Amino acid sequence: MTVLDLTPRTAIQPAARRTVLRERGQREVFCGLTGIVWLHRKIQDAFFLVVGSRTCAHLIQSAAGVMVFAEPRFATAIMEERDLAGMADANEELDRVVSELLARRPDIRVLFLVGSCPSEVIKLDLSRAAQRLSGRYGPNLRVVNYSGSGIETTFTQGEDACLAALLDEVPVDPSTEASLVVVGTLPDIVEDQFQRLFDAMGLPRVAFFPPRRSTQMPAIGPNTRFLLAQPFLGETTQKLEGRGAQRLAALFPFGANGTTAWLRAAAEAFGVDMARFEAVIAPARDRARRSLERHRGKLAGKSIFFFPDSQLEPSLARFVAEELDMRVLEVGTPYLNRTLVGCETDRLSADVVLSEGQDVDRQLDRCRAARPDLTVCGLGLANPLEAEGLATKWSIELVFSPIHGFDQAGDLAGLFARPITRHDLLRV
Amino acid sequence: MKLSVWTYEGPPHVGAMRVATAMRDVHYLLHAPQGDTYADLLFTMIERRNARPPVTYTTFQARDLGTDTADLFKEAATAAYERFQPQAMLVGASCTAELIQDDPGGLAKTLGLPIPVVPLELPSYQKKEHWGAAETFFQLVRTFAARVERTPAARPRCNILGPVALGFRHRDDLIEITRLLETIGVDVNVTAPLGASPADLTRLGDADFNVVLYPEIAGVTAAWLEKAFGQPSVKTVPIGTGATRDFIAEICALTGLDPAAALAASHQHQPWWSRSVDSNYLTGKRVFIFGDGTHVVCAARVAAEEMGFEVVGLGCYNREFAREVRAAAERHGCEALITDDYLEVEQRITELQPELILGTQMERHIAKRQNIACAVISAPAHVQDFPARYSPQMGFEGANVLFDTWVHPLVMGLEEHLLAMFRDDFEFNDTAGPSHLGQAGGGRPAHSPEPELAADSLGFAPAEPAADSRVAAGLSWTPEAEKELIKIPFFVRGKARRNTEVYARQSGVSRIEIETIYDARSHFAR
Repeated sequence: MTVLDLTPRTAIQPAARRTVLRERGQREVFCGLTGIVWLHRKIQDAFFLVVGSRTCAHLIQSAAGVMVFAEPRFATAIMEERDLAGMADANEELDRVVSELLARRPDIRVLFLVGSCPSEVIKLDLSRAAQRLSGRYGPNLRVVNYSGSGIETTFTQGEDACLAALLDEVPVDPSTEASLVVVGTLPDIVEDQFQRLFDAMGLPRVAFFPPRRSTQMPAIGPNTRFLLAQPFLGETTQKLEGRGAQRLAALFPFGANGTTAWLRAAAEAFGVDMARFEAVIAPARDRARRSLERHRGKLAGKSIFFFPDSQLEPSLARFVAEELDMRVLEVGTPYLNRTLVGCETDRLSADVVLSEGQDVDRQLDRCRAARPDLTVCGLGLANPLEAEGLATKWSIELVFSPIHGFDQAGDLAGLFARPITRHDLLRV
Repeated sequence: MKLSVWTYEGPPHVGAMRVATAMRDVHYLLHAPQGDTYADLLFTMIERRNARPPVTYTTFQARDLGTDTADLFKEAATAAYERFQPQAMLVGASCTAELIQDDPGGLAKTLGLPIPVVPLELPSYQKKEHWGAAETFFQLVRTFAARVERTPAARPRCNILGPVALGFRHRDDLIEITRLLETIGVDVNVTAPLGASPADLTRLGDADFNVVLYPEIAGVTAAWLEKAFGQPSVKTVPIGTGATRDFIAEICALTGLDPAAALAASHQHQPWWSRSVDSNYLTGKRVFIFGDGTHVVCAARVAAEEMGFEVVGLGCYNREFAREVRAAAERHGCEALITDDYLEVEQRITELQPELILGTQMERHIAKRQNIACAVISAPAHVQDFPARYSPQMGFEGANVLFDTWVHPLVMGLEEHLLAMFRDDFEFNDTAGPSHLGQAGGGRPAHSPEPELAADSLGFAPAEPAADSRVAAGLSWTPEAEKELIKIPFFVRGKARRNTEVYARQSGVSRIEIETIYDARSHFAR
């Protein structure tokens, strides 16, 4: 086997010539507020205050099922009839709610004011509110604003908006020495695995963004090289590049191939000797391959259909096609960022339908006609499709579970295998 | 603006969805931004419905706001009609669409759809989920119910009003009450909203009276039917043995039927289960009750009269039923808590330290954290509160279910006195682990009195430990007192610790000694 087995298994057609099915109709997707569910777990001294409606509050608790917490580090300032009457009033009300909140939670170091559909429509200026409140409560508390509204963001774009806003709080790196920043929320355990691999390669300055605590912000400047851990960070990428940081283009770290390519991009950028690179990653990559082998028997040749959800779809489709030999029928994604995921879609075979946006009823028609062995879709569609006899995987689990890196490759494959195994097992 | 951590009720359009989803041949066109489709998962995941709710969302985006969201609405309405061919269409706006004032009702009218269109005005910034459900049901009934020629019948006839999608045990209550009405000798004309089509609603007038199972949803409609068609309402909600008997009596008084057969139902086990000697230990258990007004008032009666509990506190999150709940609180000699602020409910529970909480999924979480027994009696409920088995709350079988589900979390039942007897036994302690699991040392660590936080049913995120209030309160325990505390069985130790600390704070003690523990014990053993 070559050092890097990155040759696609199937014939490919360059993405430029591939037609993308663009649809407009009902979009069965979450809004960007949903990202709060994982972002607040990651940044442990952050509080997320949604300025919105009862619907926003209901969405977050329903979508996430995280009600077990005593007092979560997120809440909603629910706008009421009288807030809509006059703008001056709304700002005063917001200040009152924030002071109420900070009295309860003096431990908070960064407060995100998160815009919603109603706050955007009434043009409540949360960036000015953030400035005003930063002035009042700083420097121990930073107040940052972004929009997670459904009219502007789809699901994971909420994280993109959050990280882009948080970049304003990141100091400029004055160092002339190159550093690596991994960008995108990863579970701590996965971060630690990557950190160990980078250490073993001898990379001296590695940081992760967002940090676990707002006091541990990495410095970012023209000598920063960054690797995206998530493909949905378009705005964050632009902002980083605006600071002179350079993106290391690579496949995303899903599966043995994706993770190898992703790590190799860093190794090459930092001049790591390839023999050393190979020695460092070989044990974990071999573990990944062995664990994938266990699922490939179950999944090879099986057809799969992705409904749009998180923008992870092109990367996951590449993973299941290349590393599990699945037959990809359609890859739906809410938004197709060619710059970031072009390398992924280039590796999909020519007959794969790539669709952007959504008309859920028409897409369901296509899915029913195709009768895939596995359908990856949101929580609103999964049980109805199961009732029609289709095996489904809830896409939200792909966002909430650790799936990046070598040591999660088997788990990721397992997420696709389990519904099919279950279908085979059940006799009811 | 109101700072809200968790909400008991969703917005009013979710209430409308609960009505539309319960019915047949209705489609709801909701002018709403993308993201509002999250509401589908309430039905498909929490209630495990096998079909999508009959709702089409326009899912407009920011770029549409500059152009024409009204056109988007009209296109969506036309497409939804063609695809789903409903008998009637509900049209309305969610909170964001309400702000852009596209007038869904007016727009739908201009389309000239060949079916009735019912416009819904649900003010999102004033009202909540139950109100939305009640209003939607009322608008549908007002549109379709007509004065009809009564068909002759040998037996009295009623409508059953109130059951909807996502209701707490509505599916099974309906089965139980339909059977009970059959036994009494009453025929059911129409059940609505659950299972009814708009065509069914036109026949509502062909009944002698209405049975209002869930006043939160059907109260307004029943009052209107009473006025419009002269149909009286049966208002007793048959939760518990006593209330079920009252329900039978009310119907028989109304119809002149003989209650004997229904009252003699052979499956009334709850009264004997309560009277049997093993239930003695239930006497005076301190219970806190919170939920929707109707379920709370009913549960309080069952708790006091049929279980022998002491109701130490009760309340509801729906202000519309504050009057009924306050009256019930007065009957039970406690204070009513009318709030939709979850933190206030938690605060009250912490103060009262009940032995059992009867509540919603929210109180279940509070109970889990405070290591208090809990049973769910009201919406909002989570996926585990939609059981596969037949599990009504209403009627005589419902009373049996209440007995089992309320007593079960109290865990030990008959064994309680054995626990006291054996608490010093070397095998019976918190580090020994449950013997039936056969794993030595599998128990809790000795110095971890806080309960383990289980992940929630959809279980996506890890748990966050509660803040340590002890340090904040400036309390300390002497080593002797800590040792004494360890002698208390692990399953009540958390409560003993909390009670002692509450007592210490109240009586200005900052250093807790052995004596403090026993003083607190006698203080709380009222």
